[in-house]
Amino acid sequence: MAQLTLEKLNKRYGDAAQVIKAIDLQVNSGEFVVIVGPSGCGKSTLLRMIAGLEDISGGNMYIDGTRVNDDTPSERGIGMVFQSYALYPHMSVYENMAFGLQLAKLPKDEIARRVEASARILQLEPLLQRRPKDLSGGQRQRVAIGRAIAREPKLFLFDEPLSNLDAALRVQMRMEIAALHRRLKSTIIYVTHDQVEAMTLAQRIVVLNRGNVEQVGTPLELYDHPANEFVAQFIGSPKMNLMPATLVHAGQTESVVRLWSGKELVIPIATPTSAEGTKVKLGIRPEHIEWGSVAEAPNLADVLFVEHMGNETYHYLDSGKLGEPWVVRDSRRSDIAAGDTVGYSLPPEHCHLFDESGQAFARRAVANGASRLPGMDAPPITFAEPARTNVMH
Amino acid sequence: MTHNSESLLPSAAVAPPPTASAPGRKRSLQQRRARAAWVLVAPALILLFAVAGWPLLRTVFYSFTDAAMDTPEDYNFVGFANYLDFAEGESFGVLADPLWWQAVGNTLWFTACSVSLELFFGMLLALLMNEKFRGQGLVRAAILVPWAIPTIVTAKMWGWMFHDQYGVINDLLQRVGAIAAPLAWIAEPDLSMWAVVIADVWKTVPFMALMLLAALQMIPSDLYEAARVDGATAWQRFRRITLPLIMPAMIVALIFRVMDALRVFDLIYVLTSNSEATISISGYAREQMVSFQEMGVGSAASVLVFMMVAGIAACFLWINRFSHEGKEARE
Repeated sequence: MAQLTLEKLNKRYGDAAQVIKAIDLQVNSGEFVVIVGPSGCGKSTLLRMIAGLEDISGGNMYIDGTRVNDDTPSERGIGMVFQSYALYPHMSVYENMAFGLQLAKLPKDEIARRVEASARILQLEPLLQRRPKDLSGGQRQRVAIGRAIAREPKLFLFDEPLSNLDAALRVQMRMEIAALHRRLKSTIIYVTHDQVEAMTLAQRIVVLNRGNVEQVGTPLELYDHPANEFVAQFIGSPKMNLMPATLVHAGQTESVVRLWSGKELVIPIATPTSAEGTKVKLGIRPEHIEWGSVAEAPNLADVLFVEHMGNETYHYLDSGKLGEPWVVRDSRRSDIAAGDTVGYSLPPEHCHLFDESGQAFARRAVANGASRLPGMDAPPITFAEPARTNVMH
Repeated sequence: MTHNSESLLPSAAVAPPPTASAPGRKRSLQQRRARAAWVLVAPALILLFAVAGWPLLRTVFYSFTDAAMDTPEDYNFVGFANYLDFAEGESFGVLADPLWWQAVGNTLWFTACSVSLELFFGMLLALLMNEKFRGQGLVRAAILVPWAIPTIVTAKMWGWMFHDQYGVINDLLQRVGAIAAPLAWIAEPDLSMWAVVIADVWKTVPFMALMLLAALQMIPSDLYEAARVDGATAWQRFRRITLPLIMPAMIVALIFRVMDALRVFDLIYVLTSNSEATISISGYAREQMVSFQEMGVGSAASVLVFMMVAGIAACFLWINRFSHEGKEARE
């Protein structure tokens, strides 16, 4: 258990562009932090710099207040789980887990105690004499974690540990890792490109993009108050809809925007920094768009296609020349079909506003639990020809 | 053969005999597969027998005769006399010839020295080439040059380099002050074997290096990173990760090189001609057969060379399998 502090950490390869740009981050003792970002954003490089596998080009890194820039991985006292597991193929599970302890010249009985203890935590005891090639993917993953645990590190580093597993196993291992963190109460830094893993595992998420930290916060903070368009679209699946709009009235408590369709909308977000008439973007999550009747709803759109997930339904609405279709997520089954015309509205309390540079205007705090389920109290809906009604459940 | 392979396809297509039960049909399919396999392997087997098996049998046959090189059809059987014979308190035959034992000693010494030096330098080069650096492709290509040069050319080239008066080696050594007077590398019995070993190492290190490089590149880089996280030093990473993982490829490379080295002839013959200090067992067989026209004795020596090489190769394979089984058993 240790505290990690990154201070203006950066990385450049030769004369090429910086891949990590002056990152400041504080990870508290016992905290589970997930670094998430699209591929190529530098998240693995950042983790490898923390591990000591990549040189730090500039800035400082502290573990428990001690500067460790020039320490080797083992001197930093980290344990790392690799994406490919990186188990030594010529050693048994026991030898894999004992290797680092042998190199540290621990006494034999201490090595045995530690290996057996971590094997017990991960239910690896029956596998100790096997070779990695005789193990399944999930078992290999557990051995890789066990090897890290046996070192009793100050800091656990996970580099996309679940991306080689199939979907069902991924969910199971995700829960095991969460349980492991509750049990060991260790400091964990976990890198993934999968925002679902980030949302489910993290106490705090660091969103990384092109070597920059876009936002740091708890999963729900990022979901409810994304700092910019990038975070808004990266966190949440399907991603947030972004619609072009013009600021008609910039107020201290609420603002009026004119949508691309000409309709005006009053949104409870202050936009003191922007002049009236500037271009903004209105963001709304797929589950927040509400259906309305074709006759009364403020907006109409054609349905391009519909995806039925069983527990929920995704509708893709034609956005005309604006590019990507809007996505509407309905937690109910729906009998809307491709080709239908639907009416919908954008509840102002669920809207986000972004300025021209993509930065978000601050929203008011979202009252947890108080938010209305979309469409729950909507009136019976009728659609343009052929007349259809939503199937209510 | 042709008939067989032609009959396979139609019979596979037509309906099986009505009496054949399901398992019976299965067996016959397997039999047909086995027959097809034999048909496909047969040309290679016939060719191998013609170019390797038959000459070997003829050599074994002649080793029991007193045939001469110019009249091989005129011979008498002499039993094991070409190998070892006793008459009037004296022993005769290849095994009683001190020069044969000298050749055996030379060959084993040459093999041990050259193969271990090749392994050492080959490993160094392979590790170097496995690192990323600018001009890597050029180095890999350049390193192959000695391997691509014919042995005769290598031998002649090193012959000139080792020349006692005009050779570049003596010149260099004198310039750096390592020796006071020129050395007779080829003529001096103590030095000539080293000259041969140096030339052979220069020529075959690329082979060893490339075999080892191929094995090194199979090792995923994150194993080394995991080892660094585990606190392994560079030497420990080499000793505990690299070496065990390239061991199978290394043993194969060693078998190749040991068998090649045991059969060495051309390099030694061209570099040092008939010097007894460097004569190899193959050179001994050639001398008996060609210089002395003793086809029987030469064949006997050849058979002994064959048995020695085959025996050492078998030992290698046996040790390899034994160590492998030991590993399996421990699992």
